[in-house]
Amino acid sequence: MSTSILNNSSAECFMQAVDHFRELYGNHLPAQKSLQTNAAAVFTQLGIPTTKHEEWKYTSLAVLAKNNYRTVNPSHNCSLSKSDVASLALTKDTLLYVIENGKFNASASNGHALPTGITIGSLADMAGDPRVQNHLMKHADFSEESLVALNTALSFDGVVIIADAKTECATPIQIAVINNTAGEALNIPVRILVVAEKNAVFNVVETHHSFGVKSPVLVNVVSEVVIAEQARVNYIKLQDEDQNTCHVNYHKVNMARDSYQHISTLTWGGGLVRNNLNIRLDDVNCTSYLNGLTIAKDFQVIDHHTVVDHAMPNCYSNELYKGIIDGHAQGVFNGKIFVRKDAQKTNAFQSNKNVLLSDDASMNTKPQLEIFADDVKCSHGATTGQIDEEALFYLRARGIGEASARALLNHAFAADVIEQIPDENLKAVLLDRLTARLYA
Amino acid sequence: MSDDLKILDEVTNSEYKWGFVSNIESDNAPKGLSEDIVRFISAKKNEPEWLLAYRLKAYRHWLTLTEPTWPNVTYPSIDFQDIIYYSAPKTKPTLNSLDELDPEIKSTFDKLGISLEEQKRLANVAVDAVIDSVSVKTTFRESLGELGIIFSSFSEAVHEHPDLIKKYLGSVVPYTDNFYAALNAAVFSDGSFCYIPKGVRCPMELSTYFRINSAGTGQFERTLIVAEQGAYVSYLEGCTAPMRDENQLHAAVVEIVSHEEATVKYSTVQNWYPGDKQGKGGIFNFVTKRGICLGNRSKISWTQVETGSAITWKYPSVILKGDNSVGEFYSVAVTNNMQQADTGTKMIHIGKNTSSTIISKGISGGRSQNSYRGLVKIAKGAVKARNFSQCDSLLLGDQCGAHTFPYLEVNNKSSKVEHEATTSKVGEDQIFYCNQRGISTEDAVGLIVNGYCKEVFNKLPMEFAVEAQKLLAISLEGSVG
Repeated sequence: MSTSILNNSSAECFMQAVDHFRELYGNHLPAQKSLQTNAAAVFTQLGIPTTKHEEWKYTSLAVLAKNNYRTVNPSHNCSLSKSDVASLALTKDTLLYVIENGKFNASASNGHALPTGITIGSLADMAGDPRVQNHLMKHADFSEESLVALNTALSFDGVVIIADAKTECATPIQIAVINNTAGEALNIPVRILVVAEKNAVFNVVETHHSFGVKSPVLVNVVSEVVIAEQARVNYIKLQDEDQNTCHVNYHKVNMARDSYQHISTLTWGGGLVRNNLNIRLDDVNCTSYLNGLTIAKDFQVIDHHTVVDHAMPNCYSNELYKGIIDGHAQGVFNGKIFVRKDAQKTNAFQSNKNVLLSDDASMNTKPQLEIFADDVKCSHGATTGQIDEEALFYLRARGIGEASARALLNHAFAADVIEQIPDENLKAVLLDRLTARLYA
Repeated sequence: MSDDLKILDEVTNSEYKWGFVSNIESDNAPKGLSEDIVRFISAKKNEPEWLLAYRLKAYRHWLTLTEPTWPNVTYPSIDFQDIIYYSAPKTKPTLNSLDELDPEIKSTFDKLGISLEEQKRLANVAVDAVIDSVSVKTTFRESLGELGIIFSSFSEAVHEHPDLIKKYLGSVVPYTDNFYAALNAAVFSDGSFCYIPKGVRCPMELSTYFRINSAGTGQFERTLIVAEQGAYVSYLEGCTAPMRDENQLHAAVVEIVSHEEATVKYSTVQNWYPGDKQGKGGIFNFVTKRGICLGNRSKISWTQVETGSAITWKYPSVILKGDNSVGEFYSVAVTNNMQQADTGTKMIHIGKNTSSTIISKGISGGRSQNSYRGLVKIAKGAVKARNFSQCDSLLLGDQCGAHTFPYLEVNNKSSKVEHEATTSKVGEDQIFYCNQRGISTEDAVGLIVNGYCKEVFNKLPMEFAVEAQKLLAISLEGSVG
């Protein structure tokens, strides 16, 4: 694997920004100070990856060099109120928490009827809590991921969700991450920590939106999800920002024995979106589902990178990623499955299906299996094609116009991913949103 | 499970059967690589000025390159100054009949099981036998000559058909292509040249047997196959090499040009010395193989059975430039003990309605690492291109690894690309089924592995299919009855 090669202009600019930021604002998370200092050094060393880096072969971050991003001031005042964000809530009873330009906005958040056993709050406020200290910045390894290092170095706030043992919460916990800009190019670090103690069961929805004057934004999100024994977490990411946004997202899940996690990444907004999902099945009997949906048009670049790391025996993982690429958009999928030497009796499956709707659209897929144990069943499949002409003919023969027939087929293709979501309410809402997006 | 372990143990214990050294006096160049060595090789072979210029250009370009490190293999770094770049049997025999052949060389072939006489008389196969780089004996040339087919050693072709060589040399694999292609272009010793004129269907399988013989000699073969409009040829390449303790480097280049409606079928059985159980010795096989479907409706098909070499690094590729052209890749790669293989293919779709098929079967045992690495690229103009890829891996032990690195790049809306890959071990239920019917576990594993590879073996010419099965049996000895 090639080492990251510095792209001078953007990398230097960001490195200066890191130094400048730390000088200007000091350290906002005193308990994490040494980790943040390390991360700053690592970022300075790694720089911004270029397309010569194998993991960034198909996605160029050259856009970062174009804009002189200023890292957001940690003590900025949040301006959004409850009424501004009300429409973002996915369901009526959603527990809605707002992060505005990287900062936890308590006054816009609406944590009515938070069940006992669940603690949700600002990361800046809770960073000294030993339960947070045990995990924060300890799981998302930044030694080789320069953007994780950048986030770690600059993080000043975000949200923490801790569910005590045996807590169950059916009401979705929604984190609305909002970029609220006034015309200036901003670099916004966002940090999320989710801890599910033993036997806890709940749903988290992380949504991304653009507010204010359209301007280039770099949103750099790092989430760490720690799932204890027999706990179950259903996590949904809905990325719907405007096309000036460059969104990089690193999501790390650590799973203990008999745990379950289901994550759906629905990406239909953003100019350049890069998702890194890193799931580690760290003990026996874990079950992990990863689903993803890309709907891209215009000049969007949407990139999903997933790593499913089977470290222990008797685990199951399943992955389904679909993409509908139109206009001049580019889709990227890279799915790695590692099966370590001890991970006997692993079942790991992966499927990636894409439809290209335009001759200027492109899809680059790289499914990857690396297997070191012999008693396993692993497979991957990848296809790239177009709408089935026969299905289209069937619909048209029944009096459905061509445009509607195409939309219907695209919807059916994409709905497949949302249908996998284990929560019925969220599934219904998201299917409606999908319809709105596809018929827009 | 204990049966499985026993079999695997036996597999791991099997030694390379065909290791021996024959004493043919070599005419070696001094060790190392420099412009002088390039000139020495060129002079030795009495080459024209333009070829020397080509070699020197390649050499100078090579100096600017660094060894690639991206393959999923590890090996001690190669000292390119510690290699002999040229060795030839001292007296170059120009023979008209087999009787004049050096008995030592002849017995080498006999040990390998290729009797030239047998082949000439019975199998109807023309063999361009290569011992340490210089073509020793070419059979059937005369009968092929009647049809206008040129099948000769590369160095002869340089003198006899300089216009053809000039036109096609480096046209598919330019010396700037990669590190080893540049090295090969600078120091290639010999190889085969094959030209099928317009409309001719080559009546027999053309075959070259390679054999690495002198200690410390790099083998830098260069093969060029040109099929004119409507021509057909099936070309076989097979290798065995004697046992050696030091690593030997092999960096060959194969170029295929297929004109309109021509078909070239290239089959390889590779069984070079893989090193001993500890991974000591063995051949480093870094090969660049590429064909171009230049004309419309042309076809290139690669079939390979890879059982040998300590390290294999090889991606036979097809550039589908002509409309409606077809590319195929069928591969069985077996690794055992400490072997490492990083192999696969590239299908570059440029023309309209082009189609390609990739079937790759990897089998790994012992402590070996077996990787499939492939690229399917559909260019924007490759309207209605079609690809199907399947790469399966079979694991025969808990210390080996199987890896897949497929790259699929699609740039238009009318093409279809499908890829599937599976990894599994030999099913206990399958073995149980066989056991129930009185087939021993050992035979059952053999049966299953052979069945697993059948799809690829079926694509080999008859004679090779037999040899391939024999090789598979030796490679997995103990498990195959």
